[in-house]
Parts: sequence; C-alpha cells; structure tokens
Amino acid sequence: MTTSDQPGYRPAAPGSQPPLDAPAYGSTHKRHPKQPPLRIAATLTETSAPRMSAGLYPSHAELAKGPGWEAQGERIIVAGRVLDEDGRPLRGTMVEIWQANAAGRYNHERDRHDAPLDPNFKGEGRIFTDAEGWYRFTTIRPGAYPWRNHHNAWRPVHIHYSVFGAGFAQRLVTQMYFPGDPLLPIDPVFMAIPDAAARDRLVARFDLDIAEPEYALGYRFDIVLRGRAATPMENPA
Amino acid sequence: MTDEPRFGLTATASQTAGPFWHLIDFPAWADLLRADGPNAEVAGERIILTGRITDGDGAPCPDMMVELWQADPAGSYEGAFNGFGRCATDDDGMFRFTTLKPGPVRAAGNAFQAPHVALTLFARGLLHHLVTRLYFAGEALNEQDPVLSAVPPIRRATLIAQPEGAGVWRLDIRLQGERETVFLEV
Repeated sequence: MTTSDQPGYRPAAPGSQPPLDAPAYGSTHKRHPKQPPLRIAATLTETSAPRMSAGLYPSHAELAKGPGWEAQGERIIVAGRVLDEDGRPLRGTMVEIWQANAAGRYNHERDRHDAPLDPNFKGEGRIFTDAEGWYRFTTIRPGAYPWRNHHNAWRPVHIHYSVFGAGFAQRLVTQMYFPGDPLLPIDPVFMAIPDAAARDRLVARFDLDIAEPEYALGYRFDIVLRGRAATPMENPA
Repeated sequence: MTDEPRFGLTATASQTAGPFWHLIDFPAWADLLRADGPNAEVAGERIILTGRITDGDGAPCPDMMVELWQADPAGSYEGAFNGFGRCATDDDGMFRFTTLKPGPVRAAGNAFQAPHVALTLFARGLLHHLVTRLYFAGEALNEQDPVLSAVPPIRRATLIAQPEGAGVWRLDIRLQGERETVFLEV
C-alpha cells in the first residue's frame, strides 16, 4: 500500500549514525529496542514541521555577558550554518543549545559533580537561522566533567545542540566537540559513531574569522540535516 | 527499496541528549492549549495524552524528553494550530500533554491516515532519538491506516492509546523487551 505521493528523506549513510545498542555506553543496555525499527514511507506527518518563530519562542544568543552580569570562563563564539544534504540552507530554523559551565558543572538539580556553580551562567540558548542558514552564539568554553559510565570516566568538552528542520523527520539532537580534546578517542558516546569522518564532523573547527578581537575566540560548527529523497518509497505490503 | 546514490553532504551524527537536557525544558510547552501559547483561540476536542515510559527491566524512565507533533482537528498541518509539544517524564516515567484531538491526515491519492500524533523520545542512553506514533482506539480509519497496516497485527496494540476517563487517552511506551513498542524509521 502506498502511503505517500511525495518523497521522504534519505536513509542515513552507512556508519554515519550511532547504533542504539552501544555496549561501551552503559545507559544503552536497558534502553535500546531489541526489535528493528519499522521503516515507513514518509507521510505529511514526517514532511511537515512546527512553524517556530522568535515571536513565540524568544531568542537569546548571548550566554556569556549581559547587563549587570558576566559568566566566568573563556568567552567563545560558536557559529555555523544549518544545511541539508544537498547543501541548501535551512532558513528560520530553531537552534537550541545547552552546556556545562566553565568548571564542568550543569546548572541542573540532578548534576552532583563537585564543581562550583556560576550564578551568572545558566547554560541555555536559542536562536533562529538567518536567510543563509547561519546561527551564532556567544558563550563560554565549557569544562570537562566526570560521569559514572566506567571507572575514571570523563566526558570530553561539548555543547549540546537541538535543531528542527523543514520536516519532523529531519529533527536532530547532537553534541559539538572541541578540536584536540584528549578525551575524544576514549569517549563511548562519541566513539559509538562507526565512521571516523562522521565523528570528525562533530568536532568544531577553530576559526579566527569568527573570533572577535579583544573579546572572544571563535569556533565554526556546521550542521547538516537529512536531504529529501528523489522518489517516494512504498511501504511493505 | 533501493538505496539511492549518495552525493553532496552527509547528515550530522546524532548524540544523546544526556541527563541534563532539562535546561531546554519549558514545562508550559506540554500544554498546547496554554493561554499565552499559539493555540489559545483554536477550537476542537480538548484531550490529554498520557502514558508511562519504561526500560527493559520495566523500570520507569524519569529523565526522558518527549516531543509531540500532530495535525489540527481538521487533519491539516498548515492551519492556525501549531501541533508541537515538549514534555519531561516525571519520577514515575509519566508524560502528559494537553492538546486538541487531531483529524484524519491526507495520505496518498484520496486516502486518509487515521488520527494520530507522532511522538519522539530523547534521553540518556538513546544515542539517536526514537520515533513512534499514538493512535486512538475505536477509530474506524485505524483498519486502513497505511502505517498501522504495515505493523504486524500482534504488535499494533503498542501504538493504540486507550480511553482512560473523560478526554484522557493513555499509551504506555516500552523501550525494550516484552510488548516492546513499535518504533519507526521515517
């Protein structure tokens, strides 16, 4: 039975996405489905997406400093473009970030790490891409922090990203990492991605053109959402 | 199905939302009909969608981010209604959305899909989000819905919410094991 007269989205390139069952990452053990997912043809439910705007979801792209407050840490600018697999920019799409503070502590009641909180750092931002797909946040470089996955486990420095696309099937939550972090090759979350090139694309590039002189260093992180397939698919009968 | 030739860019890899995603939790978003939200003026049948999310041990998952995407009461994604919600599970693994009941959504040709909402789950331990659907028990269109029809009959019940009091629909989600929920690759 055909469910769609319109193309959906391309399946993931081999090795480019992490598996749900990743033995080195303990929290996957009881949370990964054992049955394979049912691949369905895209319908309007998958090719439509929420219309979000700064009017309903106010933007705040300045996490490092504001009137009467200033976060502790090394100021950085993270910027990049949101594109699809055909290189087309996604305009007006909502990008959210969240992160630990400079000491490696989240402003979150469940974070028990013995590192100081910074009353001037909440660690959450939201912005909408411009006509060319660009986003830009000013924040502070987060710290690494321990977790309990295994003995002496530390997460590499990272910023969490949440991105919406033009279709709900393009939804992406991921993490941006920093170049040269010695924790990357031993991190079970990062290393769960099979393809080395796909892992490398999660590492931001140091970019002096994004830096602001006398104020903040710059990092470039582009995000690619799934592209549309050329033809509709059929559901299994 | 055949894999199409790949060219151009490759989609960015997913990573877990981790345990601290609540920094982007805005509890009001679980109520799509909130007075200061986008749908305050939209008419329709007010419903509550709720359920418990459990892991392979049957233990509640208290740290999940659940997102909802649905059509309006006429089955359209392009009307005034903005059918997006986000909800954190509570200590018992329960999610709860307040919304309007969606109408049948166009499928291919002149066919219609049964009323449904898409649910997307993010959490610690999920390196990639999970996608499923919630249908409503008793809908005549369920029998010919193209997605439900593709699910083996013995597993269809994992996608069909049951009425639980006036206007309340319940669907429990089991990530792993016995009566595991059907997840979709879309």
